[in-house]
Amino acid sequence: MKPPAFEYHDPVELEPALELLRRYQGEAKILAGGQSLLALLNFRLTRPVALIDVNRIRRLSYIKEQDGRLCLGAVTRQRAVEFSPLVREKLPLLAEATRLVGHLPTRTRGTIGGSLAHADPAAEYPAVFSALDGELVARGPNGERVLGAREFFQGLMTTALAPDEVLVEVRLPLMTAQCGWAFEEFSRRQGDFAIVGVAAQVCVVGERCKTARLAAAGVGPTPLRLERAEQTLEQDGLSERSIAEAAARAAEQTEPPSDLHATAQYRRHLTRVLTQRAISRALARARGERR
Amino acid sequence: MAAQRFIGRPVKRIEDLPLLTGRGVFIADLPFANLRHAAILRAPYAHARILGINASRARGAPGVVGVITGNDVARLTRPFAVGVRAPVKYYCMATGKVRFVGEPVAVVVADDRYLAEDALELIEVEYEPLPAVIDPERAAAPDAPVLHEEAGTNVACRRKMTYGDPQRCFEDADVVVKAQFKFPKYSSTPIETYGVAASYEPGSGVLTIWANFMGPFILHSLLARSLNLAENRLRLIVPPDIGGSYGIKTSIFPYMALLGLAAMETGVTVRWIEDRREHLLAASSGTDRVAYRELAARKDGTLLAMRARWLDNVGGYIRSPEPGCAFRPIGNWVGPYRVQSLDIDAGVVMTNKCPTGPNRGYGCGHLYFEIERMVDMLADKLGMDPAEVRRRNLIQPSQFPYRTPTGGLYDSGDYPAAFERALKTADYAGLRREQVQARAQGRLFGVGLALAVDPSVSNMGYISVALDPEIRGRPGYLPKSGATEAITIRIDPLGKISVILGSTPQGQGHRTILAQVVADEFGVELDDVTVTDEMDTFTRLWSVSSGSYSSRFATVGASAAAVAARKLKAKLVKHASYLTEIPEQALEFADGQVRPRAGGQPALSLKELAGRVHWNAAALPEGIEPGLEATAVFGFPEAKSPDALDRVNSSNTYGFIAEVMAVEVDPETAAVKILRYVSVHDAGTIINPLIADGQILGGALHGLGGALYEELVYDEDGQQLCASFMDYLVPTAAEAPQLQIEHLASPSPFTPLGAKGLGEASSMTAPAVVANAVSDALRPLGIEITELPITPSRLWHLIEKARMRKP
Amino acid sequence: MSESRRIRLKVNCEWRESRAAPRKLLVDFLREDLGLTGTHVGCEHGICGACTILVNGEAARSCLMLAVQADGAELTTVEGLAAHGKLHPLQEAFREHHGLQCGFCTPGMLLTAYDLLCVNPAPDEEEIRAALSAVLCRCTGYLGIIEAVKTAARRLREAISK
Repeated sequence: MKPPAFEYHDPVELEPALELLRRYQGEAKILAGGQSLLALLNFRLTRPVALIDVNRIRRLSYIKEQDGRLCLGAVTRQRAVEFSPLVREKLPLLAEATRLVGHLPTRTRGTIGGSLAHADPAAEYPAVFSALDGELVARGPNGERVLGAREFFQGLMTTALAPDEVLVEVRLPLMTAQCGWAFEEFSRRQGDFAIVGVAAQVCVVGERCKTARLAAAGVGPTPLRLERAEQTLEQDGLSERSIAEAAARAAEQTEPPSDLHATAQYRRHLTRVLTQRAISRALARARGERR
Repeated sequence: MAAQRFIGRPVKRIEDLPLLTGRGVFIADLPFANLRHAAILRAPYAHARILGINASRARGAPGVVGVITGNDVARLTRPFAVGVRAPVKYYCMATGKVRFVGEPVAVVVADDRYLAEDALELIEVEYEPLPAVIDPERAAAPDAPVLHEEAGTNVACRRKMTYGDPQRCFEDADVVVKAQFKFPKYSSTPIETYGVAASYEPGSGVLTIWANFMGPFILHSLLARSLNLAENRLRLIVPPDIGGSYGIKTSIFPYMALLGLAAMETGVTVRWIEDRREHLLAASSGTDRVAYRELAARKDGTLLAMRARWLDNVGGYIRSPEPGCAFRPIGNWVGPYRVQSLDIDAGVVMTNKCPTGPNRGYGCGHLYFEIERMVDMLADKLGMDPAEVRRRNLIQPSQFPYRTPTGGLYDSGDYPAAFERALKTADYAGLRREQVQARAQGRLFGVGLALAVDPSVSNMGYISVALDPEIRGRPGYLPKSGATEAITIRIDPLGKISVILGSTPQGQGHRTILAQVVADEFGVELDDVTVTDEMDTFTRLWSVSSGSYSSRFATVGASAAAVAARKLKAKLVKHASYLTEIPEQALEFADGQVRPRAGGQPALSLKELAGRVHWNAAALPEGIEPGLEATAVFGFPEAKSPDALDRVNSSNTYGFIAEVMAVEVDPETAAVKILRYVSVHDAGTIINPLIADGQILGGALHGLGGALYEELVYDEDGQQLCASFMDYLVPTAAEAPQLQIEHLASPSPFTPLGAKGLGEASSMTAPAVVANAVSDALRPLGIEITELPITPSRLWHLIEKARMRKP
Repeated sequence: MSESRRIRLKVNCEWRESRAAPRKLLVDFLREDLGLTGTHVGCEHGICGACTILVNGEAARSCLMLAVQADGAELTTVEGLAAHGKLHPLQEAFREHHGLQCGFCTPGMLLTAYDLLCVNPAPDEEEIRAALSAVLCRCTGYLGIIEAVKTAARRLREAISK
């Protein structure tokens, strides 16, 4: 399990990276944290002509608050996200999800942009990104463009990034007051990709649900925004019955795959269970209960 | 008996310091001059004919020294011998057909592993895919695709054996329980993969092979024959450290032949380190088994007879020491129960999966999963407490040594006491009360029990049960038996002690154990004893049964050390008698010196005596050989070959295990949570409780891995679906349950120290106890677990189905 | 490009230099080029954790890094854990609690535990288990390792408070 030969570049600035991408005409791959890409290379399941390592581009690594949003440089380490006081305070759903991404030693290298660009449907970040309607900034030869979650995830491990584009920034809206969050995940072992995961952020006004943001991982080729469940909560309120109804509608919305670890029916069932748990836990937090 | 200052104490391990500081020496760490590296091309099909291999591009690739293909293997080697009659030709690499995904097809030797893997991609192989068969029952059907045309069938071996009068028992029974069981294919996947290095010296004709091989060394003979070498031209060396094995590294031997051949053909020293993908695809595992069982009993719970028909799936080839999977536990087929009648139909079948071999608990995990589940089903049918059914059938302490109907000789034990201890430690009655409350709240709470007789030190003879007694009775048939270990102890001129053995420890702490035993025998400090255990077939004493498998070391290895020490002490006493002119009978060896039994002077220290023997050899009296060393070969008189009625004492010591587990099943996700796990062991004298508990803990998690997480899954075409650690789920620290261990000690009368093995221990009970606990939790739904692993997805479907049945 | 590159890095407080092709994995570079065979290869896809080392003070998989990526970095391998011949409290505790048997996963286990205690000096059992789940061990059943980490954490805290 040794990687095939490749050409290697590790520019310290973005522009030369873009120039290299253009030069290799789709035959190069961006190497970010490498926690998936290097494994694929070791298995020889991918064989790019060149790797363009963006780890030395310092200015792609930052976490900042700007215009009511949390902006993260694409090469920000998951470990930095995990331990960032800003993230914990302003977007705790992201902090909670981060702790479920692999293990600490893989989060040391793994990056938020790398995870989103890899677009594994069972991964946590794409679900959070989808739930919160995040934005991605991609830089290409013609400058920057901003992509929303819906257009970004196009299919199984396929994104809207063009071969000559680099992901440079991830933007997520900050959580506002009277909101709660939860990332519920079921995996067979600690640290594994989820069989099913559900990201939830629920904001309340008194007994009413102002906004519900829900998305599931592991139930299809891309992260799945659970709109029907969101609508149920926003229209029918936050009674137990309404939460159960929302969870049922979440499950209905899925068309999950069957694989070695779980059947489609079981995944659909888990979507209901985890959606219900995620909403309940998020709600308790929104109401200021410690859970 | 020497005073015991170290035996029985949790002595910290001698092995630990180098391993904790990165100074261990594993196969991949061994330095060699001018070393080259091998990579192996593997079959992408489960079953296919090889129409042609073109390696010319690979031969010309950068850094490539040579390429070996199946043609070379067919030309230069012979198939490995195996203990069944089916004419299956198993070579160290595919020679014409591939029979499982991952089977070696070609070897590239190159300057480094990267280049070797590059060259693999240049080898062109033309295949004609053939239909594959994966399921053992399907493979045994007459219309199944046949893997080995010479054999004409996929059934490698089938034995029907009857003990006692099962037919009558079943006729007389008040109740008969029947069930089908499926045991999964799983492996202990050591974190260090296989590794082999080989070097050939044409001048002497000696092929040296280094490998993290664990024995048994009967496989040395098989290797020599396969490579057409005299046994004394084949040198096997085991590195100082092996990164885990649990049975799996027995089955490395085909790669030892393959790399040996590569070294001979290319003329270079070459090393191959298996990668994880190769390991999961093509190393080894236990068998998957389909079993049909019946249990006859009286309505008071008395067990009368067992009937079992099973098929063990050994994969693409039956590879030695298979069919051990079917027969290793023959002597303890009745477990701890007083059953006298058995009807056994043991089948071993080949399919297009990776070949199998020993895996921790070899054959016993299957056995006790089936028996202990049956006992619980019986208890349920009779409306009895499963603990009570077990109590009524246990072999009693007064019955030891106990001869089982299948020929096992259980050496010692107090099964009822150990069982009651387990029940008490776990507060079984309290758990049952908790269960009543939990069920009232709609919770799925269950309590499981499992008992097992834990066999150790396999008698090499058991494997010949695979042959019909008529064949074993023919003139010229060489009967097989025995289980021996040889150890040499030497005292140097300054009185320090060296112990030399040929075991192949994989983390079991043999050096520490022997330092404890020998220090106690001589009454010296641990520091005074050095133990060397790096097996080398040219310098160590060994025989066919040598190696570190079947939980044998604490029993046969420690015994050999004690006997060798006693020989040496006798010699020292003899010499002291000559020096002091006190009769030998009036002297004793105690506290590191030879002194009068009555006490007082003269007392001669070890150092003083050793000095006199070494430095003044000419002054030794007649009848005393010069030098201060002794070798003992320890063996068991009861390790006989099978008799004409298929009875054999398949192991030499038999411990006992009693376990209690409480679980709760999440009714929504079907996840199983282990709430309480108690394991009581009687393995006779415990030499080092720290090490003993470590073995039990590790074994338990292996068993739970197979029961809850791990399975080598294949699709219908024979593609293996879990060739990475992403998909083959080894339990982590987050999944490991707390385990409370207790010991009872019924010393074995057959060993000088009274010790029995416990290296496999709870690996054989964990599948049974968790399956019983989960079944108990789901009893309100009428679910019986008969198939492992109990994955949440599989369990949820069972629950859904049951809920449909009983709304 | 794909030609070999000069790599200069600090390993266990010592500057080392060698050359490697870009595709060479960091773990192979440590073992083969720098002779540091204490770091082990167990799966080469980042799951087993046997190859875990510290990169700039933080635990990382050396099978999922290229050697060229470590140019200029500061690494700690298991060989660098004991200082001046004195075992680190984690190493001591592993020995006391029988936290190792074959010892193959041990280097990765030690450095993962080290990293945990850096970010969380007083972990509870659940946190220890979650952190150690990054490394697979097949010998011990983990309980000895968990106890060892608890013991070492306590001793390290005591040493600091003194």
